[in-house]
Amino acid sequence: MSETPAIEVSDLTVAYGATPVLWDVDLTVPPGVLMAIVGPNGAGKTTLIKAILGLIRPAAGRVLVQGRPYDVQRRLVAYVPQRRTVDWDFPTSVLDVVTMGRYGALGWIRRPGRRDRRLALEALEQVGMTELAHRQISQLSGGQQQRVFLARALVQDASVYLMDEPFAGVDATTERAIVHLLRRLRETGRTVVVVHHDLQTVEEYFDWATLLNVRRIASGPVDEVFTEQNLRLTYGGRVAFLAEGRSAVVP
Amino acid sequence: MSIVRDLFTDHTLRTVALGAATLGIVAGALGSFAVLRRQSLLGDATSHAALPGIALAFLVSGSKAPLTLVLGAAVAGWIGTLLVMAVVRTTRVKYDSALGIVLSVFFGVGLVLLTIIQKRADAAQAGLDRFLFGQAASLLERDLITMAALGGIALAATVLLWKEFKLLTFDPDFGASLGFAVRRLDVLLTALLVIAIVVGLQTVGVVLMSAMVVAPGAAARQWTDRLGVMVVLAAAFGALAGVSGALVSSEASRMPTGPTIVLAAGVVVIVSLFLAPRRGLVWRWLADYRNRRRLGAGVALVDLYRLAEQHDTLRHAHEEAAIAATAGARVRHGLEELAERGWAERVDGDAWALTPAGRAEAERRLGGTG
Repeated sequence: MSETPAIEVSDLTVAYGATPVLWDVDLTVPPGVLMAIVGPNGAGKTTLIKAILGLIRPAAGRVLVQGRPYDVQRRLVAYVPQRRTVDWDFPTSVLDVVTMGRYGALGWIRRPGRRDRRLALEALEQVGMTELAHRQISQLSGGQQQRVFLARALVQDASVYLMDEPFAGVDATTERAIVHLLRRLRETGRTVVVVHHDLQTVEEYFDWATLLNVRRIASGPVDEVFTEQNLRLTYGGRVAFLAEGRSAVVP
Repeated sequence: MSIVRDLFTDHTLRTVALGAATLGIVAGALGSFAVLRRQSLLGDATSHAALPGIALAFLVSGSKAPLTLVLGAAVAGWIGTLLVMAVVRTTRVKYDSALGIVLSVFFGVGLVLLTIIQKRADAAQAGLDRFLFGQAASLLERDLITMAALGGIALAATVLLWKEFKLLTFDPDFGASLGFAVRRLDVLLTALLVIAIVVGLQTVGVVLMSAMVVAPGAAARQWTDRLGVMVVLAAAFGALAGVSGALVSSEASRMPTGPTIVLAAGVVVIVSLFLAPRRGLVWRWLADYRNRRRLGAGVALVDLYRLAEQHDTLRHAHEEAAIAATAGARVRHGLEELAERGWAERVDGDAWALTPAGRAEAERRLGGTG
């Protein structure tokens, strides 16, 4: 199949000051895959996602979403930031935050209406949060906060989802709910890219993986790229765990 | 009260009250966003930075027309604010240091310019020093019109871009991913804050104006969990503090208005910090007390049951001290709570015993926890 890639990153370099955070990264995400981005802290995983979204201006390189620049394709993309990046003591309700996912479709100045709230409620139902719709957001647990963010992205009804550490610090119930949700997104033909920290679950949850440490180490189907050698290249000598029986403790 | 009657009859007093209300409403509403965006101190830098602008506007134009001075204040305040943001973005100087530097340098230049103006031969009509601590009594109708027009613009823009400002304040990165020009929104919201500040400068003064930006918003946050209610409430608090402070200061002769308004705002904040439901301190103390009492009651109940078991009679009464030995010092509250629920009763003096209902409850609890 020669389908247009969901995301195509070429020669992407991002630098803060003189230090490159991402260096000459090429990345092709085929449509309909569930991809994990893994790499050590400071590997540039969040930066990569932000650069794809145009939130960070790269020093060099190009990003295409379904064959065209992000600026004209943003309706197709939904973003789930790390939940710790916002102030959860902000005076608003769960439903209100989820409704923000409709703001892009509404455009400037127009206010959300009944239809937008209905869509937001449907998204909340998908993440199992219907009863909490009118809860003040400061009363949510970490897992519930994460599900609110996921619902907000679901409301966007995008075809490409970019998620920054959705599994970070969530309870087991939420983790299962998220996995379930990711699979359903893939079943309905969506492309999902997830920054992921837990190497043990990569093979179970994802079918595609990118190993990143400033440079792209490897990218492809999980069973091809998630190898001991690639992990060692990505994490240096600090991998204490390698998946499934291939475990090796490296001093 | 005569002051209330004067409000409707005395033209000057009415101008003062309306001016103070206007500045309170505008500063309170826009200040809410500053509080939520953790930019409270930025308002302080902006207002101090406005002083040289006022002085320069007078030196250049030779006029004290309100629009001229306010324009000078806005331009200088705006430059100061941008300078803070630029210093943080381009150098390694931290936010608080950048604020401190810009604030004091601009304020210092402003003071020097004021001194120069006062020493000039034609200085008789200057009186610009009222911009330091504010002088509500000096408000004229033309000042009021300028304030209302500027404030109206700021409020209208806030209503129009409500959804965008909410997004910018809560999650700017997400807003940018949706295609909103968050950088421009940021600049615009900051500009509106500058307007809110210059509207109040003549009444409150550059030194204390930032309190009118922070206090109403901080107080309003205590009472509500909805942004819309918070902004309206902050505007109301701002108006309340502004009017009461301005009236008090104009009754006392030549008393600067800024300090009295800020005192009034301070009272609103203190009351809110203590009395607001859920977030207020008193509310939390009460919740704490109830929790401890319930906990103490649970411990005392089980204790009484265990003690009774040892004596084979349910009605066996025990001294409070014996219960306290295991249940801790808060046993008295716990026992009182048990008595209120009819699970224990005072037998004689300091001795307590379980009632049949209390025994059933204790067995249910012990059975339930295994």
